[in-house]
Amino acid sequence: MSAAVAAAPAPAHVSQARAFTAVLRRDVYVTGKELPVFLAQVILQPLFLLFVFGKVLGSLGYTQHGYSDLLFPGLLALTTVITGMQTLAFPLVVEFGWTKEIEDRLLAPMSTALVAAEKVLFASLRAMIATSIMIPVGIIVLGSIPWRWSGVPLLVLALVLGSLLGAGLGLVMGTLVVPQRINIVFSLVFTPLLFTGCSQYPWPSLSRLPWFQVVTACNPMTYVSEAMRAALVPSVPHIAPWVCIVVLVGSVSALMVVGVRGFYRRAID
Amino acid sequence: MAAIRGNGRVSAPAVEVSDLVKRYPKSPVNAVDGISFAVTPGEVFGLLGPNGAGKTTTIGMLTTRVRPTSGKAMIGGIEVAADPVRARSLLAVVPQRSNLDRSISVRRNLTFHAAYHGVPAAEATRRADELLEQFGLLDRADVKPDLFSGGQSQRMMIARALMHEPMVLFLDEPSTGLDPAARLFVWDRLRELRTRGVTLILTTHDMHEAATLADRVGIMDHGKLLALDTPEALMRGLSGSSTLELSVNATGDGDGSARLAGALGTLPGVERVEPLHDEQGNGQTDQWLLRLYVSGEASQLVGPAATLLAERGIELSGVELGAPTLEDVFIALTGRTLR
Repeated sequence: MSAAVAAAPAPAHVSQARAFTAVLRRDVYVTGKELPVFLAQVILQPLFLLFVFGKVLGSLGYTQHGYSDLLFPGLLALTTVITGMQTLAFPLVVEFGWTKEIEDRLLAPMSTALVAAEKVLFASLRAMIATSIMIPVGIIVLGSIPWRWSGVPLLVLALVLGSLLGAGLGLVMGTLVVPQRINIVFSLVFTPLLFTGCSQYPWPSLSRLPWFQVVTACNPMTYVSEAMRAALVPSVPHIAPWVCIVVLVGSVSALMVVGVRGFYRRAID
Repeated sequence: MAAIRGNGRVSAPAVEVSDLVKRYPKSPVNAVDGISFAVTPGEVFGLLGPNGAGKTTTIGMLTTRVRPTSGKAMIGGIEVAADPVRARSLLAVVPQRSNLDRSISVRRNLTFHAAYHGVPAAEATRRADELLEQFGLLDRADVKPDLFSGGQSQRMMIARALMHEPMVLFLDEPSTGLDPAARLFVWDRLRELRTRGVTLILTTHDMHEAATLADRVGIMDHGKLLALDTPEALMRGLSGSSTLELSVNATGDGDGSARLAGALGTLPGVERVEPLHDEQGNGQTDQWLLRLYVSGEASQLVGPAATLLAERGIELSGVELGAPTLEDVFIALTGRTLR
């Protein structure tokens, strides 16, 4: 190589932050254009759960009075985690596997980890918005919802950690699962996650079903449900909030490490 | 390595690869096996090779998508593996298969791409209009790129790639699957880019494309660079591949085609004579086709060959000259085996 190499015509500076916000803006723009689809996608399932379990069964006398109060925070948790996961996992599998749409972003002047971080941030934002929408929906369906202003800080913390948890699960699934298996994996993961995350029952009450209590304790979503219950209906027995937060921080960290590693493996040979 | 540009200044190569190796985990052989080359700014460089030769892996290492096992890949003086972010700001990739963003319109594909690369919005809008116009996409600018033909997608991807004014543009099989008109259109655009000083690196197995567009061609196989030169020099270097085909009418009891071939083989410059087929005409006349492989210019042999035939009373009915093509060079280097 020659020593007389002229200064490379590289741009004066490369702003990774600018690339990051541009990619985020693209995702927000697409969601904005598909708003009705987005709302239907995120609201329909919890709406029906809320309506059938909270309203119909209650009106028919199959559930005790007050069940909808403990169900509501659980469904907030469910919406948070599932929306975060779906927002990230499905498009990621499709973009890496079929459409290759992600390539243009992988070739943007930003670190590959930031492309993954944008996915996580965007999925978390969507999860938090979807969950917030559940509050007016709950008021409409149930007539009233359990609400405690003093519980809002804990609720918000659980919301943030829960949406990151969902995004982390989505990142891991979206990068580890080969496109051909996505349907199988989703049915194998989705349904158990939905029903073992303590959204429809408080965890301490499972002491009568010890084996199931163990199973649910392994699902990190349980700790989102329990923390939200602690925030909104503290009179219902629940796992101590600090335990929930410790477990959630740990789970989110582990999922991010595995997920970002998986992302690198898919992005760079 | 450095290139002397027309103005006498020494400038860094646009692309430089030295002893580049890639071995994939669990593979017994190197996918790219220690290749080196440099491409000067504004050059059109074609990378040719059969499937699995290592072209795509080489491009992958230059475009930050494949991590080299050893060696160096540089873009504009920046080592790609060490500073992928900066390298990405200098390059653009047009893949063979569409990877356009199907959720947004063609125009947004262009402007968002520009935004990823930090081009200010007003400037991005201006460039998008210009490129959409230039690539004949204005009437479809506000449609999502879902249902577009291969040729249209290709044009869109090239337009998108140019939005951040890359120093080096990589194109993978730029005209595979395009109809002839679309192919000519793409070629014209690529030639324009070259006049604007954009360095183009294309991988192709279309010899015609390489010979038409590329200033220099590298032929790869089994991870190694087998030859690297201008298309003309590569073709010139292939001895014995100029050909002269003679169709002759011989009377039934004239020379047998084998004897005639033997005689033609003694002409100066003829390396080999291959009798192609003896056509039984109407029973009276044999039509013979003979191919002469020539080391020099085939046209110079037309006269001597005609004289030789005339001396033997054989009527010459057709002459065809064949110059070696890049395809001959390619086949000579990589063999004919399908893989």
